[in-house]
Amino acid sequence: MNPPVVMPALFPIFPEIALVVGAMVLLMFGVYRGEKSTDTVNAAAIALLVLAGLLVYTIPAGKHVTFGGSFIVDDFARVLKILTLIGAAGAIILSLSYLKSERQEKFEFSILILLSTTGMLMLISAADLIALYLGLELMSLALYVIAASNRDSLRSTEAGLKYFVLGALSSGMLLYGASLVYGFTGTITFTGIAQAAKDGGIGLTFGLVFLFAGFCFKVSAVPFHMWTPDVYEGAPTPVTAFFASAPKIAAIAMFVRVPVTAFPAITPQWQQIVVFVAIASMALGSFAAIGQKNIKRLMAYSSIGHMGFALVGLAAGTPEGVQGVVVYMAIYLAMTLGTFACILTMRRNGQAVENISDLAGLARTNAPLAFLLAMLFFSLAGIPPLAGFFAKYYVFLAAINANLYTLAVLGVLASVVGAYYYLAVIKTMYFDEPAGAFEPMPGALKGVLAVSGLFVIFYCVAPGPLVSVAAAAAKSLFQ
Amino acid sequence: MASWPILSITTFLPLLGVLFIAVLQGDEQAVNRNARWAALWTTIVTFAVSLILLWRFDAASPEFQFVEKKAWLGGTTFYHMGVDGISLPFVILTTALMPLCIIASWEVIQTRVKEYMIAFLALETLMIGTFSALDLVLFYLFFEGGLIPMFLIIGIWGGPRRVYASFKFFLYTLLGSVLMLLAIMAMYWKGGTTDIPTLMKFNFPAGMQTWLWLAFFASFAVKMPMWPVHTWLPDAHVEAPTAGSVILAAILLKMGGYGFLRFSVPMFPLASMDLAPIVFTLSVVAIIYTSLVALVQEDMKKLIAYSSVAHMGFVTMGIFALTTQGVAGGIFQMISHGVVSAALFLCVGVVYDRMHTREISAYGGLVNNMPLYALVFLIFTMANVGLPGTSGFVGEFLALIGTFKANIPVAALATTGVILSAGYALWLYRKVVFGALAKPALMGLKDLGPREILVLAPLVFLTILFGIYPKPVLDMSAASVAQLLENYEQAVKPKKAAELKANEARAAQ
Repeated sequence: MNPPVVMPALFPIFPEIALVVGAMVLLMFGVYRGEKSTDTVNAAAIALLVLAGLLVYTIPAGKHVTFGGSFIVDDFARVLKILTLIGAAGAIILSLSYLKSERQEKFEFSILILLSTTGMLMLISAADLIALYLGLELMSLALYVIAASNRDSLRSTEAGLKYFVLGALSSGMLLYGASLVYGFTGTITFTGIAQAAKDGGIGLTFGLVFLFAGFCFKVSAVPFHMWTPDVYEGAPTPVTAFFASAPKIAAIAMFVRVPVTAFPAITPQWQQIVVFVAIASMALGSFAAIGQKNIKRLMAYSSIGHMGFALVGLAAGTPEGVQGVVVYMAIYLAMTLGTFACILTMRRNGQAVENISDLAGLARTNAPLAFLLAMLFFSLAGIPPLAGFFAKYYVFLAAINANLYTLAVLGVLASVVGAYYYLAVIKTMYFDEPAGAFEPMPGALKGVLAVSGLFVIFYCVAPGPLVSVAAAAAKSLFQ
Repeated sequence: MASWPILSITTFLPLLGVLFIAVLQGDEQAVNRNARWAALWTTIVTFAVSLILLWRFDAASPEFQFVEKKAWLGGTTFYHMGVDGISLPFVILTTALMPLCIIASWEVIQTRVKEYMIAFLALETLMIGTFSALDLVLFYLFFEGGLIPMFLIIGIWGGPRRVYASFKFFLYTLLGSVLMLLAIMAMYWKGGTTDIPTLMKFNFPAGMQTWLWLAFFASFAVKMPMWPVHTWLPDAHVEAPTAGSVILAAILLKMGGYGFLRFSVPMFPLASMDLAPIVFTLSVVAIIYTSLVALVQEDMKKLIAYSSVAHMGFVTMGIFALTTQGVAGGIFQMISHGVVSAALFLCVGVVYDRMHTREISAYGGLVNNMPLYALVFLIFTMANVGLPGTSGFVGEFLALIGTFKANIPVAALATTGVILSAGYALWLYRKVVFGALAKPALMGLKDLGPREILVLAPLVFLTILFGIYPKPVLDMSAASVAQLLENYEQAVKPKKAAELKANEARAAQ
């Protein structure tokens, strides 16, 4: 007699279910209604993301494990899922006017974002290696397609192909690492690995290194960052905005959860890898961005640098460090969406322009836009009293507490170098002669920019709530 | 009235003006006019409110007053504000100079007036906040935040090399400050708080003090600026608009000296004792070397900028003499320099607005057609030299006496700086004001207008008042300085005794 099939508790996974079912329904709707349905699908997709966010929010507090321990919802997952959903919704909002004016309205775009977001949520909640891989691939496959969504553009298809080939390579490495870890511990659940990995050993470390290679690729950290500038530049701008926001948060969540929950016993081993990756990313992000002329490429290097800063928190390997990472990602999300809202506004004569020199004299042709973009860039540079300062403050606070002085000193020095290229953009906007006005800013972009700009400027008035939420999230990982 | 948070009101009142100016609409002329008036009234009201602080301040108490403490960042980091006898003079100096800066920019600034006034008012909030923050993170927020408006002021309304100067200013200062930020974090973990009054009583281990001291020094030495990290200052001064130079010289430089007094000495007394020789050396080099450099300048603003570096050398020397006279002299010198250097830059601004050049060689004989200007310029030149009867004398004299008690060779070398300063200042004055009025371009220059008199008169008054009656400033800070030094002596007593013993033992052998 077969044992009775026990239905796993489903409520922790309601958000994912809602997204998947919704995406399928919208796909059918789109197929039957054709291209006309794009507006409806977009609106419905945003509504679905909001619904998923509400569902995440309504999951009762505490830790919920389901599907035989492969799926976990804790405070950490809750916070990062909400951030991811905000990022995805923001990206769809940013894409509305762009796709219209570029005549690329395709209902599949929003649906792919929904599917990819589902993958991200799975990834954030993954509690074993198989679930992790499933989430990762669902996320990535949708991303490869979105990157190449502008089928007639050579650059876009090149970006998609490049991303796919390199992404497949990194997935392979990650799988290889996972198999090594399984081989040396005999289990795939993170808690099981943590139990079995008490003694460490060279084989396990080896597996960990391969896992980290895959993670580094997804967060675009050095030395697996090479795809980032090309994909950022080649993909349609709203897609770049999406790449820079939601997947980064999910990937960082995975990067934090795996070492902290599965490999606490060999913390010193993974710590040194993270320290190296953080230093290399911060340095490369700062120096390589200096020579960039294209603002999307600049943002690519900027994001590489920012991932380095976020990893400083992980390098500490403490609850304070994870708290720093969560704060960092929340603020990074706001800054990224705001900045891309500005980049999407850069249109002249019906054409999108992408050079930094196109921003010349923006302060005189559109003062509010220039002011908000300048504040966003000062914030990206980490200058107080803007939000970006607090992001850096918390990760470095954790690094100092963990006695990682070299990392901290090199990190802040890199941030000074990085400040140079952010200043250079501000200089172009404020000190140079005007290069002509942009087309009027669409309302949706105005909304996103206003929200993120005000967040960045006024965060210093009430920094407490986000910090305490992040502290609770970090605590839940270390229980 | 006690429930009114007067210090916060003083600090954030300028932001109210920013909001008001930001929403101004209409044709450009009207907006410009309204922005000017709004900025002027905001700064005047802020000054008036800060006078309430002055009036209600109890100079006999060394404690922090007008203290406000509210939850902010969570944990042990609070929104904590307050002033004592060391910080209040700087707050008043800031609020007093701002209206003058606005008036000085009244006609000079014709482009993007709205943004200009916004930048200045935002800067005022950040500067007052820097001097009244009683929490390290809050302090850092204000301290670094000031870079943003100043960067824009130099970069937008500056001279031909403004981009270079603004970048140099920003990156130099940032580089120093990020190291201080790391030190703040280390102090947070060691002391368990970022509360300044608490940390003043906390005894950091001797080894750690050295590192923390060096990190803070990196920031304040750049800000001050001390030789050899002073090179951003001449560039920034030359390119900045007149009012920008005034603020830079009068207030922003003082943040370095204030930082030494607020953090380095009380929090790291052992390191301050050990590393004072470094400060002495750099100060003496600054005094002599930059005075010599000033002698060969061809640009008026550059000359005054180098003289600022030299005068700040007296300040750092006085502070790290760690004697009552030295510290009091350092504070007084900063206030006096705030008034005098501001006035000197305004004087340069007067002729620059007429001639659009700062080349010393382009001038000569101005006394013939600008007698009033010649008089005012003379008073400030003499104050810059340190002539008795002007405020410049009191500060330098006290700093030198204080240093003499601590280290005679240093004081002797620094005194040569007084002679050199007479050299370059009188040389500048002679070239610009005396001689024959031979250059045709200078013939038609008009003497000071009413607006310029309005700006310069209060500064003349203060320079002479503090020169013959320095008591108000000295009294205001006396109690706080006394407590600062008492705590310092307490902290270094065991170490000094041990050194004395070791010396005796060596002598006995």
